[in-house]
Amino acid sequence: MFEAILLTVITASTPLVVAALGELVTERSGVLNLGVEGMMIMGAVCAFAAAQLSGSPYVGILAGIFGGGLFSLLFGFLTLTLVANQVATGLALTILGLGLSGQIGEVFVGQPGIKLQPIVFPILSDIPFFGRVLFSQDLIFYLSVALVVGINWFLFRSRTGLKLRAIGDSHSSAHALGINVIRTRYLAVMFGGACAGLAGAQLSLVYTPQWVENMSAGRGWIALALVVFASWRPWRILAGGYLFGAVGIGQLHAQIVAQNLGIVIPSQFLSALPYAATIVVLIIISHNRRTTLINTPASLGKPFVPDR
Amino acid sequence: MRIELQKRANVSTLFSIISPLLALLLTLVFGAIMFWLLGKSPLGSLYIYFVEPLLEVWSLHELAVKAAPLILIAVGLAVCYRSNNWNIGAEGQFTIGAITGSILPVLYPEWHSWAILPLMMVMGVIGGALYAAIPALLKTRFNTNEILTSLMLVYIAGLFLDWLVRGPWRDPKGYNFPVTKSFQVEAVLPEILDSGRAHWAFIFAIVAAMALWFMMRFMLKGFEVSVLGQSERAGRFAGFSARRMAWFSMLLSGGLAGLAGISEVSGSIGHLQPSISPGYGFTAIIVTFLGRLNPLGIIASGLVLALTYLGGEAAQAALQISDKAARVFQGMLLFFVLSCDTLIHYRIRLILAGGKTAEARA
Repeated sequence: MFEAILLTVITASTPLVVAALGELVTERSGVLNLGVEGMMIMGAVCAFAAAQLSGSPYVGILAGIFGGGLFSLLFGFLTLTLVANQVATGLALTILGLGLSGQIGEVFVGQPGIKLQPIVFPILSDIPFFGRVLFSQDLIFYLSVALVVGINWFLFRSRTGLKLRAIGDSHSSAHALGINVIRTRYLAVMFGGACAGLAGAQLSLVYTPQWVENMSAGRGWIALALVVFASWRPWRILAGGYLFGAVGIGQLHAQIVAQNLGIVIPSQFLSALPYAATIVVLIIISHNRRTTLINTPASLGKPFVPDR
Repeated sequence: MRIELQKRANVSTLFSIISPLLALLLTLVFGAIMFWLLGKSPLGSLYIYFVEPLLEVWSLHELAVKAAPLILIAVGLAVCYRSNNWNIGAEGQFTIGAITGSILPVLYPEWHSWAILPLMMVMGVIGGALYAAIPALLKTRFNTNEILTSLMLVYIAGLFLDWLVRGPWRDPKGYNFPVTKSFQVEAVLPEILDSGRAHWAFIFAIVAAMALWFMMRFMLKGFEVSVLGQSERAGRFAGFSARRMAWFSMLLSGGLAGLAGISEVSGSIGHLQPSISPGYGFTAIIVTFLGRLNPLGIIASGLVLALTYLGGEAAQAALQISDKAARVFQGMLLFFVLSCDTLIHYRIRLILAGGKTAEARA
């Protein structure tokens, strides 16, 4: 029973973790992209469409990554080249993504999807408990773990990562040192888009292998909250993502348990739990102004026009 | 080829006016391309989308019905965004305003008095404002990001409404449909003219826009909004408080969204049901930016966005294009508005490969 619950928690948490990791890199470079929800849903629809047309969920994954990354370029062009307001442009990306994905996905509504099958590691998966939980998962789960390790290494151990963080903390100083601010930020935005797209692909290929309009259901926004929760650190995203995922799955089980006990809890109240939990977590994490100030990339959301 | 920006010495007045129009034009061009890709006649589709709804009296009324909530919400949001408070949860405040405003007609359906309608409107405003007070409180007291909290509250409000109309407020004689009892006649917002459905919400919207335009243009409060929005530090020197401004702008926009909610339910729907808005709260964000955060501009842009809803419905019937096309239009429009706004503050230069510069006429 516990193992089964844990498996569903992992499936529910993976998209949050992946999308939040991408946004973390974007925000570390000083760009606030509020369009995660839009990029995620675009990733979901591209992945589903590609998987249906090609018959392979792996082609779907690639399409999701590509779709999310390409879509984020729109945001990049507006905010980096045309220095449009980042908050407004992020919202635009979400609104456009929800509309466009609905339009693209229309023909796929109701079609049974192709589920991404787990990759079972031969010997490791025989380990009791851990083998089933950790070594019999699908590709996207493994990728999510690799991303945590990789991004942590990249940000805090590599030279490019140091430059990226420098840009996020003071774009003018980084520019004065000869670092190409705009190019780095473009790459960071695209990485964020690709991750959000991958998260979307997980939704339409693993979590619920079908296409439903608005199927991201606010997960992009929760991922944004997760970045704040994790105070811009990759490992904490992993922890936070599983916490949020557990709340989401917990409410489903609470509904069943309550039903069996004959207690009537309106399902809507339990469905509201993940959103309420997000608010509570945000309060706890940001009530201390000083620590928030220290953790937040100092240039976050500020426009940059190189002087020549 | 590279694009380079050059800051203008002064904000370009010319481009302040042209940029929204240019954005509209670009949206139409790309819309035509989209219709062409969908295998429809581009010009014919645009005609059905954007011209036909303007040709008949009943559809002009529909336009006012759809524009009213958009304008009401958007003028409030304009004050928020100008003062750098990012309330994006208007959809939730709209829903809660609709709920609190409906308390009287739902619980006292036998109460026949002229007083019920003004009370409903006031309660709607209060409900919306209180719901916006949550992100305001969290922002001022706990330093919590209002973008995320106000958005999360949208989902919670929607679920709460869903519970109400399926649970305690469901009409027992409603054949198990999740709707409340239809409001008594006294609780229905009257129509403005006999010729169609447009009701008082449109008048509320115009009045609100005028009042806020006056405030922004001629009152100290309006100046306070702009100063704090541009520089919190400068505002502090003038003795303005960003904290109080957060409260003011959030309560104002929440109250207006609440008014939009209850007038939509009372004037257009006549009862509560699980879904009461085709995303007015989010579309209003686009209205706000297309109107260049100016209440009078917002009246115009509210009508434009209302047209995309109407055109969407018309195109669905006439062209078998899904209603999602309207959403795509709205999203594209916001993108083009934001890009064209760059022209107001910057001169754009295209640097060609050979190092030659071609000045985009600006």
